[in-house]
Amino acid sequence: MAMTMTQKILAAHAGLDSVVPGQLVECKLDLAMGNDVTAPVAIKEFEKIGVKDVFDKGKVVLVPDHFTPNKDIKSAEHCKMVREFAVEKEIENYFEVGEVGIEHCLLPEKGLVVPGDVVIGADSHTCTYGALGAFSTGGGSTDLACAMATGALWFKVPSAIKFILKGKPAPWVSGKDVILHIIGKIGVDGALYKSMEFVGEGLRFLSMDDRLCIANMAIEAGGKNGIFPVDEKTLDYIREHSSKPYTVYEADEDAEYDEVYEIDMSTLRPTVAFPHLPENTRTIDEVGDIKIDQVVIGSCTNGRMEDLRVAAGILKGKKVAKNIRVIILPGTQKIYLQALKEGLIEDFVKAGAAFSTPTCGPCLGGHMGILAKGERAISTTNRNFVGRMGHPESEVYLASPAVAAASALTGKITDPAKV
Amino acid sequence: MNAKGKVFKYGDNVDTDVIIPARYLNSSDPQELAKHCMEDIDKDFINKVRTGDIIVADKNFGCGSSREHAPIAIKAAGISCVVAKTYARIFYRNSFNIGLPILECDEAAEKIQNGDEIEVDFDSGRIVNHSRNESYQAQPIPLFMQDIINNGGLIERTRKKLGLS
Repeated sequence: MAMTMTQKILAAHAGLDSVVPGQLVECKLDLAMGNDVTAPVAIKEFEKIGVKDVFDKGKVVLVPDHFTPNKDIKSAEHCKMVREFAVEKEIENYFEVGEVGIEHCLLPEKGLVVPGDVVIGADSHTCTYGALGAFSTGGGSTDLACAMATGALWFKVPSAIKFILKGKPAPWVSGKDVILHIIGKIGVDGALYKSMEFVGEGLRFLSMDDRLCIANMAIEAGGKNGIFPVDEKTLDYIREHSSKPYTVYEADEDAEYDEVYEIDMSTLRPTVAFPHLPENTRTIDEVGDIKIDQVVIGSCTNGRMEDLRVAAGILKGKKVAKNIRVIILPGTQKIYLQALKEGLIEDFVKAGAAFSTPTCGPCLGGHMGILAKGERAISTTNRNFVGRMGHPESEVYLASPAVAAASALTGKITDPAKV
Repeated sequence: MNAKGKVFKYGDNVDTDVIIPARYLNSSDPQELAKHCMEDIDKDFINKVRTGDIIVADKNFGCGSSREHAPIAIKAAGISCVVAKTYARIFYRNSFNIGLPILECDEAAEKIQNGDEIEVDFDSGRIVNHSRNESYQAQPIPLFMQDIINNGGLIERTRKKLGLS
């Protein structure tokens, strides 16, 4: 039977010739990842299982990125637990604070994920690595514990929705606008339990940073994974970052899809998701007069090099609006260093923005930029749920780095073409 | 096996950030997490909930982050079962993996009101509403999920598979 790209990867890792949607399979894992919020729970469960070692010291990845640099004593205790576990089990890919990055920026950059892999992470945005042609999805801490012990995990084979991307996005329209548009169209449960496969001639206009951003937010439509076919851009990226062997899987031409959407990217506008769901999208032309108190540029969604370059291009030589807090966080230390070399950090600081080391902090209301009651932020992050960035009566508007940077200059949500 | 209790009713897209806000994720202690369960959408929840009570919600319950702390907080608050139209998939996995039974049922989600006394039979998927003299049929729990529950969760099942218990 014809299979989607995701189904082929799952079948191969389950040792089967073919699989069908709804089938339960146990897959071998190429990578299992946890962070400082989810790994402590997983480590406690791992100890209960009673095995001595993890299944493969090179295939377990531990990334303390959420509440680091440690924001309080409880967080420090969690990080200590993860560090001690990593040392005791001789985990090869544990990243201490000076070399850490936001997990979903860091793993592709370190070459830990390649096309055809099956990856599980105890973090919902693990779906990011679908941009590299891997099957990658989020699970929980118990999933991670069992994955670390056995190197295998059960999956229900998903059906899929196909998104055919056409046309060249206009200036100021990025991967973030494409995925916000899609979530606005299908809703936060529009792809529940399903794969989102992104295909079409328009892919050639999407950089790897755009694709990582799009796959990252598949979960915000309820998707089990988001996945892109492997093309020359993917292979260039892999050759630059990884020496791991890889396998390219392609969807069968007659594979079945629950739904097919055609998206003409040339017609898209910069898009903003209003509180309190990522599906509450409006184009920049429909936003109206929304004053803001804080701007956050960064996260596993938009903390990559291109994102910083776009933001710096808008902020360079200008000043952020008075009494607006602008916080910019690179995704990894490598990105930090590159931004330093290119002079972007100087541009940000001179414009009146704060530039931090990598952390997930403000995205989930952890630290480094919490909102008070009644405050509003425009943010390049991925969720705008009630209380996501702080007080339950604060508000988060999701947008691209270009819209966020333009808004930083005016103090209200602004079209980057107008600054 | 049955669950019986008073219903706390919620709407669509109850996300993990309101089930247990991230500002409390610096703890992984179930009792500590339970103290803040649902507080951003229902401040009274933790004061009113009694052991055995049941959460009923509409679609996409548990959407958002992968935090297992969400079903852990719900379970530690005393909730015996959740009934909703649909669940976000990671929440679905996590709930079974830690032994919190959850069922999908459109009719129950539509008809059950806040404060109703209901009873859920996990084996048959039958939900009886004592307050309204109604009953609803939920999707039965899939066989492979029953296997995980019968083994006492994914950890114990893994121990058995590895020959450690």
